[in-house]
Amino acid sequence: MSGWALVLGAAAACYALKLAGHLAPARWLERPGTARAAALVTVALLAALTATQALADGRAVVLDARVPALVVAALALALRAPFLLVVVLAAAVAAGLRAGGWS
Amino acid sequence: MRVPSPPPGARPTAAQALSVGVATGAYGISFGALAVAAGLTPLQALALSALMFTGGSQFALVGVVGAGGTGVAAAATAALLGVRNGLYGLQVAPLLRVSGLRRLLAAHLTIDESTAVGTAQPTPALQRLGFWLTGTSVLVLWCLATAAGTVLGDALGDPGRFGLDAAAAAAFLGLLWPRLREGRAAAVAAVAAVVATAAVPVLSPGLPVLAAVLAVPLVLLLRRPRPGGGAEAVGGAA
Repeated sequence: MSGWALVLGAAAACYALKLAGHLAPARWLERPGTARAAALVTVALLAALTATQALADGRAVVLDARVPALVVAALALALRAPFLLVVVLAAAVAAGLRAGGWS
Repeated sequence: MRVPSPPPGARPTAAQALSVGVATGAYGISFGALAVAAGLTPLQALALSALMFTGGSQFALVGVVGAGGTGVAAAATAALLGVRNGLYGLQVAPLLRVSGLRRLLAAHLTIDESTAVGTAQPTPALQRLGFWLTGTSVLVLWCLATAAGTVLGDALGDPGRFGLDAAAAAAFLGLLWPRLREGRAAAVAAVAAVVATAAVPVLSPGLPVLAAVLAVPLVLLLRRPRPGGGAEAVGGAA
């Protein structure tokens, strides 16, 4: 799949999902199981993305500078730091550790 | 063109909408930088922000592409993360009551932030104002910040040296964090993280994330809601 096919195809899929909600009968919301399961799918995907982005290197699981950076990000989130600061802090910790020779 | 007079109490709603727009839009900088670090062109990154316009899916797509995953895995992950916007559409459509071209535009602006601000307002007029103003301000600032981020990402070069890979992990954690309050959400997150990590050596890049969706039925089957846990206890595992 070329870069543009991916960008436009995935964007169209995401828009179709938004529009489907606006066109669907409102009584679908009355089934709480549906909404709950969808919310948990979002949680599962974001948790998996966090874990693989922090630990995966191709097909290997490695512990490198990303792990302490993620711990600092979690601490910042617990202290209610804004999103952008959390992201910048994580980058700074990883960059600092690597500059200091810690993989 | 007739400009409608603002509804009573519009000022706090407008202030809330614009501040959410600025705060959310700003992290478009990190999206733009990560997108070019993952190998997308600046124009592709901007197209995602303007056309896909849902942060979680955008970060997921560039994350899977950056990890060497296939386009199909990247698109599937982005679409699955976009399912919640359909549920937001169900919630806001009765508040907005629009049709035709305006409905198409309302659908495009249906994201976490516009739904949260819109549904939190006390009157129907303010709900509409909150939704439209939040959605529009996030869209404009998100695209501007993405463009700025692509310039920054290009200038930084090697993503690892500046910790952009760690920044991407922190971005996903930041999107996850506010969703963890509910009891079973934390259990699903923990199981999903373990499943995805365990699958990394076995599956090709991108697929471990999709496999982690199995955490949802697993947790729903093993952890029934406690009695008295609220209305969602009925049919939660159905």
